Amino acid sequence: MPDISAWFNDLLSGNLIFTPTTLGYYWDGLVTTTQLVFLSLVIGLVLAVPLAILRSSKRKWISLPVYLYTYVFRGTPLLVQLYIIYYGVVFFDGIQESVFWPIFREAFYPALIAFTLNTAAYTTEIFRGAIKATAKGEIEAARAYGMSQSLMMRRIIIPSAFRRALPAYGNEVIFMLHASAIASVVTLMDLTGAARYVYSRFYTPFEPFLFVALIYLCLTFAILFFFRFLEKKLLAHLKPQTP
Amino acid sequence: MLDLQGYGPRLIEGAGVTVQLAVLSLLLAIVLGLFTATAKMSRHWLLHRVATVYTTLIRGVPDLVLMMLLFYGGQIGVNAISDILYDHYDIDIYINFNAFAAGVLTIGFIFGAYMGETFRGAFMAVDNGQIEAGKAYGMSSALVFRRIRFPQMMRHALPGLSNNWMVLLKTTALVSVIGLTDMVRVAAEASRATHEPFVFLIPVAVAYLLIASVSEWIFARLQKRYDIGFGEH
Repeated sequence: MPDISAWFNDLLSGNLIFTPTTLGYYWDGLVTTTQLVFLSLVIGLVLAVPLAILRSSKRKWISLPVYLYTYVFRGTPLLVQLYIIYYGVVFFDGIQESVFWPIFREAFYPALIAFTLNTAAYTTEIFRGAIKATAKGEIEAARAYGMSQSLMMRRIIIPSAFRRALPAYGNEVIFMLHASAIASVVTLMDLTGAARYVYSRFYTPFEPFLFVALIYLCLTFAILFFFRFLEKKLLAHLKPQTP
Repeated sequence: MLDLQGYGPRLIEGAGVTVQLAVLSLLLAIVLGLFTATAKMSRHWLLHRVATVYTTLIRGVPDLVLMMLLFYGGQIGVNAISDILYDHYDIDIYINFNAFAAGVLTIGFIFGAYMGETFRGAFMAVDNGQIEAGKAYGMSSALVFRRIRFPQMMRHALPGLSNNWMVLLKTTALVSVIGLTDMVRVAAEASRATHEPFVFLIPVAVAYLLIASVSEWIFARLQKRYDIGFGEH
């Protein structure tokens, strides 16, 4: 161990910008970015599945409100949504007196809410497309077996829609990772926030921004390979057969 | 009704900046996209490699990070060039690398990569027989491009192009972070000053939806034009 830390200190000595302190900022930023992206994706996914089912309902009064939600959140910039929630959260009556105020005073939760609502809107539309693309024959077969609407949803439509949605959802995950960079605008110290802080301290744009760009690139590739692996596993039945 | 507390004219100016920025970036992105698509389809390995690295790198890094890199780094780069010019050639110029240029360059550069992918797919969808027929008529390859490949490619590229445009439009909001006074920046400033975020930010959100609706209409008309001779029109 002492060898490694000596080697590390040797590597960093004489470098004013990559010091153990600034590397600590980047590490904290990486943790914040990962937390923010992971939590918003998970909550967004949980919200999106029922919303997509409602969105593909034939009854207008059920599908229309969901459509309005996805239309507004997909049609406006995430930055505007973030500003509305970040500046607007104080206007909820009594929030400043409630026990939740210490939580909502931090930028993390408004950012999490904005990101979650945004990704839920995109994911809803991705799933709706996948649900709509269910093969007619599968639905007819389920009906012929006497399945109820909900059983058919649970056993036939949703499982196959999940698989069909996988490539598009992978893109959404990468999009979310990149979009999370704007969290730094509302004072959050995510990866980009760390780079901006280091930039403002040392006035050298290239080192911090290129460094975090590299980290984002690695994260993007990791997500890409993960989804490619999942696709290989889950979509194996769609691949052309080789004898 | 809506009381904008004197911020109205500045908001409208900001909307103008947003639209200008978006349109100029789109033009740059289309030009870059055409080059990228051509380079990616080229048999020359170096062109192919450069285009692949460009599209991969751009799509792997957040827009905001690229924008900051170009905006903060750009001025240093420009200064270095003008220093060299002064030292070696005695030319004394000062180029101010402003936020608008940085915005157009970054957004154009980012979406050039996406457009490249869109155009590449569309070029490959053009029937080879069409190109051969053009050559058989004795057309030069520039003429084949202008009269045959480009118009038919556009028919296939328009849906993707319209998609990219919608994303690009929303990306322009990021320039408010590097100090350009587009409508998002004006609205954010007004919200902080007056403590009434909804009054300013919701109209801005509606403005984005409006611009999107108008462009959707324009793209539908363009699609109709490029579909002439195909389908049921």
